[in-house]
Amino acid sequence: MSEEQISRRSFLRKGAVATAGAAALAAALSPLKDLDTSDLSGFFQKHYREMSPAEMEEALARIRRRVEERWGVRPDLRDVKPKDGVEFVYALNLSRCIGCRRCVHACVAENNQGRDPEIQYIRVLEMPRGSIDVERGDHHYDRPTVPDTDHFYLPVQCHQCTNPPCVKVCPVGATWQEADGITVVDYDWCIGCRYCEAACPYWARRFNWTAPELPREQLNPDMAYLSNRPRPQGVMEKCTFCLHRTREGKLPACLEACPTGSRKFGNILDPDSEVSRILRTKRVFVLKEEANTMPRFFYYFDERYPQHADAGADWVDDNSDLHEILARVLREDAEEMTA
Amino acid sequence: MKAYLRFLWRCVRLSFEGGWRYHLWMTVLTVLALVGVNAWAKQLVGGLGTTGMSDQVAWGFYISNFTFLVGVAAAAVMLVIPVYVYKNRELHDLVIFGELLAVAAIVMCLAFVTVDLGRPDRILHMLTHLNFPDSMLAWDVLVLSGYLLLNLHICGYLIYSRYRNRQPTRRFYIPFVFVAIFWAISIHTVTAFLLVGLGSRPFWNSAIIAPRFIASAFAAGPAIIILTLQAIRNRAHYRVPDKALHTLRRIVTVALTINLFLMVSELFTEFYTGSTHLASTRYLWFGLHGKGALVPWIWTSLALNAGALVILYLPAGRRRRLLNVACGMLIAGIWIEKGMGLIVPGQIPTPLGEVVEYAPTLNEVLVSVGIWATGFLVYTIFVRITVPVLTGKLTAADDHATPTRGELAPATATPVPHRAKETTRV
Ligand code: SF4
Ligand code: SF4
Repeated sequence: MSEEQISRRSFLRKGAVATAGAAALAAALSPLKDLDTSDLSGFFQKHYREMSPAEMEEALARIRRRVEERWGVRPDLRDVKPKDGVEFVYALNLSRCIGCRRCVHACVAENNQGRDPEIQYIRVLEMPRGSIDVERGDHHYDRPTVPDTDHFYLPVQCHQCTNPPCVKVCPVGATWQEADGITVVDYDWCIGCRYCEAACPYWARRFNWTAPELPREQLNPDMAYLSNRPRPQGVMEKCTFCLHRTREGKLPACLEACPTGSRKFGNILDPDSEVSRILRTKRVFVLKEEANTMPRFFYYFDERYPQHADAGADWVDDNSDLHEILARVLREDAEEMTA
Repeated sequence: MKAYLRFLWRCVRLSFEGGWRYHLWMTVLTVLALVGVNAWAKQLVGGLGTTGMSDQVAWGFYISNFTFLVGVAAAAVMLVIPVYVYKNRELHDLVIFGELLAVAAIVMCLAFVTVDLGRPDRILHMLTHLNFPDSMLAWDVLVLSGYLLLNLHICGYLIYSRYRNRQPTRRFYIPFVFVAIFWAISIHTVTAFLLVGLGSRPFWNSAIIAPRFIASAFAAGPAIIILTLQAIRNRAHYRVPDKALHTLRRIVTVALTINLFLMVSELFTEFYTGSTHLASTRYLWFGLHGKGALVPWIWTSLALNAGALVILYLPAGRRRRLLNVACGMLIAGIWIEKGMGLIVPGQIPTPLGEVVEYAPTLNEVLVSVGIWATGFLVYTIFVRITVPVLTGKLTAADDHATPTRGELAPATATPVPHRAKETTRV
């Protein structure tokens, strides 16, 4: 073989190797053809807190467009800001909670969470008497009727901590505490590292492991940028105290759904609000106080301090109505079953 | 500059040349890496739901491997310290192999973090909005990239100087070497703090985690270097003195002893007190509420580590075969300990007491295998280039002739003084 032939052969061989390599790489990358690129449309969008009003409008318009394209519904999407002089607090009456999980489902209906698998912000624990240690709670209790007489029920959701570890650990500042105490996530900024999920002592954060599935008839068109607008795949989300409702004077969906009135919500900076009175007069406590997160979510049992025995006639500790409520809940459940 | 580009070009060419074994090895690694790329592409499309992770166990196989590899990267200093602090000249050139290992390990670390992200397309947010100093993950990104740059500089400078046949100027690399020593400690301290700083997870939130990280890394890292140096000696035919292996063996022995001691202290504290914070530890070692997927793993890990320690302390453990067995055992043991023994059980039960188990999916494993293969690929190329430079076969001086295959022939002709002595005691 002449020199030339050798070099030609080696050239051909190199060419073959290079072609095979490129083909293999292309084959390896081929699944990417199914990538949902509409997810990437927010690529150049700025961080929520750095957007000018005009840029915010642009972002909102883009999201509206996407929702319309995907679900054929024109959403009432807005950027709802916190109000001055407002700090939200939740209080939950453990004496009344019957563990019916209606709050769980109302939350899902309100907040446009993915349905398959269904993302739920609220976990109701069935606790044995004599314990407030969550490790002894049952997450998956499944009884024909609630409440069980040997247990009490402890619903847990984001506690909107004053000192939130989830915010501290986020490497990119994609989650932060707003002026009214609500911790939010910018779904267009989160990189999906799940460090916040590991840091939350109340297991209140949820990750979009897959692209959230949401049927058209279940989409709630009343939405805000920082709360229940549809989320993309691969980002974190959490309870926002329904800020698109509460910042506009309404109550959280979970509260409205609760048949027993166990859930109380309001502005702690207003001394006359119901939550202010509860915090003043009832024996309230917080979960995992030792974590020093200073939650804005309080639990209490009905009884009030004796000094406040005469706190007012509208202020009753009477739970005798619970029987009636329970009967109604069971009836409604039965109706729902047959329907 | 031109000479430097020329050098890089020659490196690229060189990495495609070698005997059939070399080609086979590189082809296998490339195929595995591509399989990993393919699996990652699937994950990008399907989301992290293609992994076994869940809201309950949100960090799994990726972060486990990441944690282990941070330790390997940091352990490169184990060769540096004797050379520069104790002026052991004999090991001088070997430092380069250690630091190249660090580079390859950090590349794998960064890859593991990246595949763990739900939105890798937004990774640049880390550059523009790094939440420093609040987030330990931000710290970790900084120290890991810093460590990568440091090591790249040191190796790159030393190799390139040798290539140009110049004596390396001490002030261009010695200060960096000392910085790198402290930096190495920082990378796994910070990685440990990443977990330790979480008050929500009692299993991680313990002061002993960081010391255990260092101890286990200083056992597994040098063990990997021992195996690697022998592979270099046998395959790339570069003279590696037994003394190097001997020094490393001592380091491994001490570090492994400390690691086991710390583990015993930890277990004593947890089990003797018997508090409710015990849940994760109990789940790991004995199972909880009828679930115990990690139990066989952790006991295997303990057996491997303890077995390796026994071998290392026996006089027979000085034989190279047994030493290699011990190294293999403890590398496996510590790899299990980092993943199945630390990352996963820290999340079981959840902060709300739910026990949900975790096992990686096939796709997740394939992605990880791909990253490991990439790491091996990177390291093999490093060695492929470094050996001829160190042995004077690849220098700037011979660059004027048109390079032919013969000139860049693999360094197989190098005399191999140590190969014959298979049973040498180290
Ligand atoms: S409960 Fe969890 S998610 Fe909510 S603010 Fe506190 S740490 Fe963050
Ligand atoms: S998952 Fe998102 S919000 Fe949570 S820490 Fe990571 S980047 Fe921040």
